[in-house]
Amino acid sequence: MTHSTVEPTPASATPEGGHLLELRDLHVEFRTNEGVAQVINGVSYHLDAGETLAVLGESGSGKSVTAQAIMGILDTPPAFVRSGQILYRGQDLLTQSEEQRRQVRGQEIAMIFQDALSALNPVFPVGWQIGETLRQRAGMSRADARRRAIELMDLVKIPGAAKRIGDYPHQFSGGMRQRVMIAMALALEPKVLIADEPTTALDVTVQAQIMDLLADLRRELNMAMILITHDLGVVAGVADRIAVMYAGRIVEHADVRSLYKAPAHPYTKGLLESIPRLDVRGQELSTIKGLPPNLMHIPSGCPFHPRCPYVQQVCVDVVPHDLVLGDGRTSACHFAQEVRDDSAH
Amino acid sequence: MTAPTNSTKVRGETILSVDNLVKHFPITQGVLFQRQVGAVKAVDGVSFELRRGETLGVVGESGCGKSTLARLLMRLETPTSGGATLEGRDLFKASGGELRRLRRNMQMVMQDPYTSLNPRMTVGDIIGEPFEIHPDAAPKGSKQKRVQELLDLVGLNPEHINRYPHQFSGGQRQRIGIARALALKPEIIVCDEPVSALDVSIQAQVINLLKQLQGELGLSYVFIAHDLSVVRHIADRVAVMYLGRIVEIGTEDEIYERATHPYTQALLSAVPVPDPEARDQRNMIRLVGDVPSPADPPSGCHFRTRCWKAQDICAVEDPATVPRAADPHPSACHFAELRPTTPA
Repeated sequence: MTHSTVEPTPASATPEGGHLLELRDLHVEFRTNEGVAQVINGVSYHLDAGETLAVLGESGSGKSVTAQAIMGILDTPPAFVRSGQILYRGQDLLTQSEEQRRQVRGQEIAMIFQDALSALNPVFPVGWQIGETLRQRAGMSRADARRRAIELMDLVKIPGAAKRIGDYPHQFSGGMRQRVMIAMALALEPKVLIADEPTTALDVTVQAQIMDLLADLRRELNMAMILITHDLGVVAGVADRIAVMYAGRIVEHADVRSLYKAPAHPYTKGLLESIPRLDVRGQELSTIKGLPPNLMHIPSGCPFHPRCPYVQQVCVDVVPHDLVLGDGRTSACHFAQEVRDDSAH
Repeated sequence: MTAPTNSTKVRGETILSVDNLVKHFPITQGVLFQRQVGAVKAVDGVSFELRRGETLGVVGESGCGKSTLARLLMRLETPTSGGATLEGRDLFKASGGELRRLRRNMQMVMQDPYTSLNPRMTVGDIIGEPFEIHPDAAPKGSKQKRVQELLDLVGLNPEHINRYPHQFSGGQRQRIGIARALALKPEIIVCDEPVSALDVSIQAQVINLLKQLQGELGLSYVFIAHDLSVVRHIADRVAVMYLGRIVEIGTEDEIYERATHPYTQALLSAVPVPDPEARDQRNMIRLVGDVPSPADPPSGCHFRTRCWKAQDICAVEDPATVPRAADPHPSACHFAELRPTTPA
């Protein structure tokens, strides 16, 4: 993809030693009539060029809200960023003007969503929708945008792209619609692609096709990817590093192999033990007792303590800080070492 | 719990027998004089047997007809042809009082715990409603006690009988749905994607509950799901559906370890395994394209358009779901073999 007319952003070089994208102690709250929900409580993570970071968590863990904060598409109100920084190439996105953020959106960081049918406009042909970004942002003529839209549809392997460019979203199958959305996200050649549950609504055979496509595109275009998912199986297949979220915090952060081999946070350990596995027979499913917390009343100390088998008095009193375990691993648990040793065998 | 009417309860005997069940939904054209121009072949000749105390898993992708099959078994749809017998009695010929007795014996748990419970009814009313339709199932005055027993049975607090559905989480709501299904002491429960709307940590709780109830009450399950890992965990036997037909059926071991149908093999290889070490070692089969429309399925073998083994015979001759040379369990493929040959 060489003939784009997109201008580079002012800060196109990553500062020496810095990360491509870095979140620092991000706090987001939802102010509702019933009270204030603390949705993100000090999330920090980083992403380097060309790598895949998986953000894993269950519903309500804050994984999607974090992504919306990066994109600047939070629903305000009720959502407000209370504090923290989102650094892209060293520049804090949160202090930028809406116009500056618009330049980053799509061109530097793009996002794809779970439900392609509701993310696409039903009354316009898909080619027009892919071309819209190119006309508006890259200043292409209608004919150029159309040609480029066909190339993009080819890139995401939609068969007969030239013939299907005039079709409407409802004329495509679920997997093909997801490809259309990926093509739209790639139109301005972003450096970071955020994929929010990209395959959750799809059947397994189609899911495998889309995950392969995303992995290929990431390599070909040398993008970095943030994959947001609840599926431990999908993560194992593509991610380099994982950040596990619980109640708006990152509870464990590790490279993918060591995390699956020996999780160092009781929540991660519980999750791994509670999924039925296709390749293991007759296993007993262990469960995590209880329910995820109400975000308006997050438990004191460690938010996981009411559900945790390792709980001690210190967990109720003191919020655990990230314990560094070596190899860049961290775990927000007072007993991280112990949990990891237990999981290791 | 004692089940209604039946004399002998032998674990392992056939309780539900489905024979060549067909459901076609007509596609019509015209406003005043509607004429049929085609049919969506949602279920296209399905046969299986369910034994007492066992779990039959039904897996397949969206549009394969597994939910229509569930609705047929519950008599929420009338079949186009074919039949089914429940404990020897014809499921589709029964009417009036006999139908009510049959329905009592077979209950359903739905997928979505948010829409399958009436938000204006208390939990007590929801679980107790079956007793209004079948007054003889709970003697006068004992309704509240029965509902509390049921709440306790599914692991909910019996004191929460007067709460409304919105006061419960997704997993707890699914437990309410299970309690409602158990109210009339059925012998068969049809579960249509009972855990797919739940988070992983909650999913395990509900699966364990279903297994525990089966052990205590001797229930038989028809367990419909798209998640092959969940089905492996709970099912004794598994039926794989594709475009309205069962393409392969067998014990859990036969399907997961010795599958002979290329669709089953592809489906299994597409399931993501939560183990990064297996990333490069697995022999992946990547199917191309999408499932064809059930309104216009391919001739002969329905799977041939996506199959890497397809030959001329597949377009002409419809393979029967019968035991094959490769393995004695029924498989609907002309070229059934144990080891999948990777598609070129």
